[in-house]
Amino acid sequence: MSKEKFQEKIDAEKKIEPKDWMPEAYRKHLIRQISQHAHSEIIGMQPEGNWISRAPSLRAKMILLAKVQDEAGHGLYLYSACETLGISRQELIQQLHEGKAKYSSIFNYPTLSWADMGAVGWLVDGAAIVNQVSLQRTSYGPYSRGMVKICKEESFHQRQGYEIMSEMANGTPEQKEMAQDALNRFWWPSIMMFGPHDGDSPRTGNAMKWKIKRQTNDELRQSFIDKTVHQAEIIGLTIPDPDLKWNEERGHYDFGEMDWDEFWDVVNGNGPCNKQRLDHHKKAHDDGKWVRKAAKAYSDKQKNLVKN
Amino acid sequence: MEDSTEVWEVFIQSKNGLAHKHVGNVHATDKELALQNARDLYTRRNEGSCIWVVKSKYIVSSESEDGEAFFDPSNDKMYRHPTFYNMPDGAKHI
Repeated sequence: MSKEKFQEKIDAEKKIEPKDWMPEAYRKHLIRQISQHAHSEIIGMQPEGNWISRAPSLRAKMILLAKVQDEAGHGLYLYSACETLGISRQELIQQLHEGKAKYSSIFNYPTLSWADMGAVGWLVDGAAIVNQVSLQRTSYGPYSRGMVKICKEESFHQRQGYEIMSEMANGTPEQKEMAQDALNRFWWPSIMMFGPHDGDSPRTGNAMKWKIKRQTNDELRQSFIDKTVHQAEIIGLTIPDPDLKWNEERGHYDFGEMDWDEFWDVVNGNGPCNKQRLDHHKKAHDDGKWVRKAAKAYSDKQKNLVKN
Repeated sequence: MEDSTEVWEVFIQSKNGLAHKHVGNVHATDKELALQNARDLYTRRNEGSCIWVVKSKYIVSSESEDGEAFFDPSNDKMYRHPTFYNMPDGAKHI
């Protein structure tokens, strides 16, 4: 198949499947994007896992456990999708450990109070959902099917976060202050989750042409902000952006400029928790070595039993 | 980095009486672990009443690029569909 035929297929909204011909650059782009997405789900378990043992009620604890377990599941769906492109699970993990593959920078910020569980669910999962809903229509079949499944399961994640924020915002003055503080710290990193402005995002062109991405970073960011402002108003919290203002003409909210120096600094490894997150992942991987060994020994033994 | 797992495709029967449907895959070293991993990964919300797992390497697939030629024999046999036939006006229940 030629590049032209491939593009015709994409333009006709046909899905590309693992065994179909695809340009090498398309395959590479997908491996980078899907693996980054998978690693984000897995590393994203850490900031929330931090609060499982300190959740304020049994209900909150059970919900948080279920949510973190879902993130693990979502990581696995995405690793599976990525493997269909001809890269192995262990290569993917290795790239993460060597810093060659990235994960979403948002998880390099610490979760300091219980209100942060609210902010993470409401804002971080909220931003992820906006992105993932759009990616359900991505051109690569396995990625698209993974996104459909993930979106179905994620819908409770944002609600659990917003419920926490709403309860704290309507609680004691100290609780409300904690909720506002969490919003203050997570707002800007959350809206930076969508990535650089379209003009500064060199890969956007190909991603849109190949319909890997269906909306640009700036479009997705705007859609998230438009949704979220009202939700903040309802629970009486203030989004920490003095430039945030409804623009009647555009039919969207205008908002202030993000701190891109901070963004790139965190992407490049200098965020508050980059080292901690990666070290923890490596340790968990090493600590699980004996389990993998035992499973392998058991399977070898079964094979020998069958042979004899 | 060591990895001794194999990939297993997972099929789930959502309700008694329905067909098993492919949902994805898991990594596992043996069949019991494959079933348990599939349960943990694909039925966290009561999605299933039965799970099949089968090693991916045993799945044989047609090539989607040859799809046209492969499925060609059924293209010109419209008479296999009920809409092909002319029914007299007024005929019912047929």
